[in-house]
Amino acid sequence: MDATATAARPKPTASATLPAGDPKIVAKDVNVYYAEKHALKDVSLDIPERAVMAFIGPSGCGKSTFLRCINRMNDTIASCRVVGSIKIDEQDIYDPSLDVVQLRARVGMVFQKPNPFPKSIYENIAYGPRIHGLARSKAELDEIVEQALRKASLWNEVKDRLQDTGTGLSGGQQQRLCIARAIAVSPEVILMDEPCSALDPIATAKIEELIDELRQNFTIVIVTHSMQQAARVSQRTAFFHLGVIVETGPTERIFTSPNDKRTQDYITGRFG
Amino acid sequence: MTEMTAVSGLGHRVDADEARARVRKRYRAEARFKAYGIGAIAFAALFLVVLLADIVTKALPAFTTTHLVIEVPVTAESVDPDGSRQAASLARGDYLKPLREVYQGFFPEVSGRAPRRELNGLLSSGAADELRAEVMADPSLIGRTVKTRALVSDDADLYYKGVVTDVVEEQGEAVATPSATSGDVVVTTATPAFADDLAEIKSELSETARKRRFEVDRIRTLREGILSDKPSAELALREARGGGDATRITIAQNALAKIDSDSQSLQAQMETLAGEAADFEARFKDSGGAEKLDEKLPSRLLAINGGIVKITSLAADRVEGVTLTPLKSQDAAQPNAWKLLTYETPENSRRVNDQQIAWLETLKAKGVVETGLNWGFLTSGDSREAEQAGILGALVGSIFTMAVTLVICLPIGVGAAIYLEEFAPKNRWTDIIEININNLAAVPSIVYGLLGLAVFLNFFGMPRSSAVVGGFVLALLVLPTIIIASRAALKAVPPSIREAALGVGASHQQAVFHHTLPLAMPGIMTGTIIGMAHALGETAPLLLIGMVAFIVDVPTSFTSATTALPVQIYLWSDLPEVAFQAKTSAAILVLLFFLFVMNGLAIVLRKRFERRW
Repeated sequence: MDATATAARPKPTASATLPAGDPKIVAKDVNVYYAEKHALKDVSLDIPERAVMAFIGPSGCGKSTFLRCINRMNDTIASCRVVGSIKIDEQDIYDPSLDVVQLRARVGMVFQKPNPFPKSIYENIAYGPRIHGLARSKAELDEIVEQALRKASLWNEVKDRLQDTGTGLSGGQQQRLCIARAIAVSPEVILMDEPCSALDPIATAKIEELIDELRQNFTIVIVTHSMQQAARVSQRTAFFHLGVIVETGPTERIFTSPNDKRTQDYITGRFG
Repeated sequence: MTEMTAVSGLGHRVDADEARARVRKRYRAEARFKAYGIGAIAFAALFLVVLLADIVTKALPAFTTTHLVIEVPVTAESVDPDGSRQAASLARGDYLKPLREVYQGFFPEVSGRAPRRELNGLLSSGAADELRAEVMADPSLIGRTVKTRALVSDDADLYYKGVVTDVVEEQGEAVATPSATSGDVVVTTATPAFADDLAEIKSELSETARKRRFEVDRIRTLREGILSDKPSAELALREARGGGDATRITIAQNALAKIDSDSQSLQAQMETLAGEAADFEARFKDSGGAEKLDEKLPSRLLAINGGIVKITSLAADRVEGVTLTPLKSQDAAQPNAWKLLTYETPENSRRVNDQQIAWLETLKAKGVVETGLNWGFLTSGDSREAEQAGILGALVGSIFTMAVTLVICLPIGVGAAIYLEEFAPKNRWTDIIEININNLAAVPSIVYGLLGLAVFLNFFGMPRSSAVVGGFVLALLVLPTIIIASRAALKAVPPSIREAALGVGASHQQAVFHHTLPLAMPGIMTGTIIGMAHALGETAPLLLIGMVAFIVDVPTSFTSATTALPVQIYLWSDLPEVAFQAKTSAAILVLLFFLFVMNGLAIVLRKRFERRW
């Protein structure tokens, strides 16, 4: 390899140990159609438990689409049709008898642009637990809110102004608020769709630290444009291209010795 | 002068002068645009100010009303026929008779049925209402003398407000001596004090003659126009006779006959007016001597020695006339102790004649006339008598109707909008529904009245002219507006909020009701304000469901017959009495105030719901 190629390849720094045990999410032959357009073709994937999995790939390759399949957010798009099986803990989430609302309580989501509710910080966090009946009293609810904010590393910054409106925080704080909101309902999986793309480097660093802490308790799937970020935070990586999965594997291997030439080209910055 | 040029990023040469000229042109264009905007706002504001000023000045006479303060002895025979002092008996008592007796006592010289009726005509038929209310509230007043306020009639009220005629007062400059204290009187002055007035009368004669001539010309033109149709009418008759069709012949004959009779009556009018004009001109030409005054000329009254004389003939140093109220003495009156009053509107053009004016002036001199704020306008219902008519019935009716409208159309409208926007499947049927709702918003309101008549009144048999039916009809009218505005408000909420809610595990219904709906509230409130304001002012549908009836009582329930503010305005604007004109404008002000309050409330609610995202 020439020097520029080596220099361009990002170094994986996250802990290389892969957790043992059955994968949390198993996807088999998933195809997604937007009206006539075939957006995802025969995607099969295992997502490990209590680890961070990164989806990388150029724009429009289908990573966000696949991510949204996992918590069935694509159901809100009328023209979208999903074929294939996705199982979480060996339970098919596209089974008609499954309650989608319960699914979304188990599989949380953080979006690209921070979207706190235009309510108070307290209300933002408390909304989820309240509608799912997770707290029996106000004291318990206060406890849940505090725990969520602590886990999201936001507690110290907002503990004196819980009644202030959520939209009055800075971008990075808003995104951490959204993460706290997602954690508050105690999900098993957290899906993150380019969570740092709208943030500055310092806020991004804070969120990446957070992700590293969270993975001890949650399964995290992160879609990212930044390969450095994928290398930093994830243990497994999947590379998407034009609606298919080109390669999956441990992050270290993908970034140091990928099997597929397309992966190689993408990582070294030849396209995308 | 050296020309400076610059080189732009792409290497073109940019002349600095040109650039400056372009900048100046841009500034000018912006200033022009701003001026247009300010001009448009000023124009609209001007119209608004003019409209409001017009309404307020027209309504001013209705804000005050006139009472006579009279002490009436209340006897048991007249007010308590059963002698029981119970409410049932007291209500049947005659309060007007004792009041009238005291009132007529102010003018003991008035006798005979016709003059008495003229005198009584200055009091309202409801003059004794306050007395009745006082006695019924406190029966211990029976046997005592009660000081009460008696409402005057609408014509008297208008006279006191100066609406009936303009008055010119002149203090007497010379010593005036009357020849008698009642009946026919001749008042002579030492110097020709009435010379100016004589000249005035002359010019009045000439003016009146001129007006008559003008009128004659106008009628002549009219008559010629009618006569010009005669040849074609005669031709039509000949043709009809030729055709032999009996109906056509009759129609043609009738048309011809009408032309003839119209032209004849116009001819007669012309002759009368021409005669009057000639008469006035003759009197005008006849200089010197006395001038006779009649009801076609402005009236002149002489107030002297505590009485009033109506002048029938005026010369430079003497007037002849007849007393309207008796003089106290025949002594000579010093300068400035007597005055001459000229009433600009001739007697035959007003509803209050000179005799009544004399009585009204005498009452004012006695100090029994009291003018105050017209609270009765806001506390009484409608009436045929202009001075007693009030807005309360219509106001309460409007409030009830609006309440029914709001209760029906707000939940249904917002619910329909939420369903159509969030939950309904997007297919052909919902498209058709949406098109129909948009069309319904543009349907003329009178069609909703017809619908109300056919469905609510005839089919369901709901009580006619009630607030319930009015509210239903107006709710139908307003519903499309609210649905459209609510849908737009819901659409405007950013989808990221809904996604966030769904991501946390809320169901679609929870996401809509907990998040989307509160954020759409300002837009929904705006749609509601617009709709309700629209409904408040709608008259046509209410007319068709019978709310045009003359209702005196203030409505007590949603099903009792009632009228509404816009209908009341419409009814009053049609009535001939002058007093109703001011009341119409005052009613418009009440309607505008109600609208203002309603909108203000909605704006306060909207601000409370408003959030920034």
